Amino acid sequence: MQKILVSTTVNGETCEFACEPDTSLLDALRTELRLTGSKEGCGSGDCGACTISLDGEMVCSCLVLAAEAQGRTIGTVEGIAEGSALHPLQTRFLEHAALQCGFCTPGFLVAAKSLLEKNPDPTETEIRYWLAGNLCRCTGYDKIIRAVQHAAADLRQERTGA
Amino acid sequence: MTSATYHAPASIAEAVGLLSSDPAARIIAGGTDLIVQARAGRVKPGAYVDIKRISAAIGIRSFEGGFAIGAATPCTALLEHAALCAAWPGMVEAANLIGSVQVRNRATMGGNLCNASPAADSVPALIAAGATCLVAGPSGERVIPVTDIPSAPGRTSLAQGEFVVEIRLPAQPSGGSDAYLRAIPRTEMDIAVVGAGVSLVMDGGVCKSARVGLGAVAPTALLVEAAAAALIGTTLDDNALDAMGEAVSAACKPIDDKRGTASYRTHTAAVLARRAALIARDRAGAK
Ligand SMILES: Cc1cc2nc3c(=O)[nH]c(=O)nc-3n(C[C@H](O)[C@H](O)[C@H](O)COP(=O)(O)OP(=O)(O)OC[C@H]3O[C@@H](n4cnc5c(N)ncnc54)[C@H](O)[C@@H]3O)c2cc1C
Ligand code: FES
Ligand code: FES
Repeated sequence: MQKILVSTTVNGETCEFACEPDTSLLDALRTELRLTGSKEGCGSGDCGACTISLDGEMVCSCLVLAAEAQGRTIGTVEGIAEGSALHPLQTRFLEHAALQCGFCTPGFLVAAKSLLEKNPDPTETEIRYWLAGNLCRCTGYDKIIRAVQHAAADLRQERTGA
Repeated sequence: MTSATYHAPASIAEAVGLLSSDPAARIIAGGTDLIVQARAGRVKPGAYVDIKRISAAIGIRSFEGGFAIGAATPCTALLEHAALCAAWPGMVEAANLIGSVQVRNRATMGGNLCNASPAADSVPALIAAGATCLVAGPSGERVIPVTDIPSAPGRTSLAQGEFVVEIRLPAQPSGGSDAYLRAIPRTEMDIAVVGAGVSLVMDGGVCKSARVGLGAVAPTALLVEAAAAALIGTTLDDNALDAMGEAVSAACKPIDDKRGTASYRTHTAAVLARRAALIARDRAGAK
């Protein structure tokens, strides 16, 4: 079968990869680009472990064809930290023990980052609804919600320079 | 997986050409139904025809006093259009009950409609709103009511080569508004057991016109004219609402499944339609 050549920007860098017409973007990220942070929990849009940002909006990369990414801008969990400096969300997830097995964590981090970009001061209800598409088998969610609330406060403080 | 091909045409004509030349070609809008079905082997697309690069299929514009929504516009984009949200709040809410934020950033109303699930959330609201579709195909363009698109579960009336380019919403008269409610076992991320959309126009406390759409209670979403007739000319008093509820229940031909029994669905449809009518009335009055 004819492979499709896709050029795209991933975490700020331009990349090219080849894919089959029906390869998912998740598979292309993991196997072609070796970005294995994004996980496949279900492959059907239900669990959110594969969450990435596509042109600034969070989507399930298992439900995107890799070929659709031509010319688009992608953000994955690998792009959240700046070098070795963890993002406040990552720091707070660690502090609050907001992960156990960690399989869901990349998806939660990308989704929470997207929330805080749009809404720097979300209520608990807003956080829970925003993260309704991310499933976690281990933590019971409360620790994740606390971590997001604290990271939101950190980011607000950073922004005001206080 | 398969030997499909992928195309991202830039024009309506190109898309029609691709769809006409291959009976197994499938439109991909948000892909949130199609990719799941292809992965499960339930559909085997010979070609994916991505309509997101066709400018006429993207975005929301004013049209004849109402709105034209490109068929590839994701549901979350509707929330950012203030005039659309003011005119058709129930329709925008219905589209934004679909799945999670991740899903809604991709999912479209066109896909919701053309996937032809009886439980599709935006469809009863579109029916209540009196929405139409601009359909393009090998023999040109035509405009048809949304009710004409789904023909059976998973089937549409579209001919080979045809696709929905945009969804059109009529002008909202003053005193008019709408609402959509659904019953699901969870608060998010589940399939409607029943969905009810109502749009109405109030004038001096009297209902001048109404439309009632139902989902998940029959093989396709329904327009229930008898339910609307029970509201028109009344102040939406209890008698009128009871009569509407009876007309709604009479129109239901639901299935029994793990999500709900037929009698539960029939009863709940009337309850939700009643609540939706009152929300639509209050919204209309608040304008
Ligand atoms: C986790 C999850 C949760 C979901 N929850 C809900 C829910 O709560 N409520 C609900 O109603 N749905 C739900 N869905 C189903 C789905 O997201 C919706 O039906 C969505 O609106 C489909 O739109 P799409 O653009 O992704 O369609 P696609 O998958 O792109 O297309 C669906 C079908 O319609 C055809 N099609 C698409 N656009 C056109 C067009 N313009 N012209 C002709 N044919 C076309 C395609 O060929 C395909 O057969 C859910 C899906 C997932 C994965
Ligand atoms: S793997 Fe994509 S949503 Fe579960
Ligand atoms: S930490 Fe195990 S699934 Fe969330």
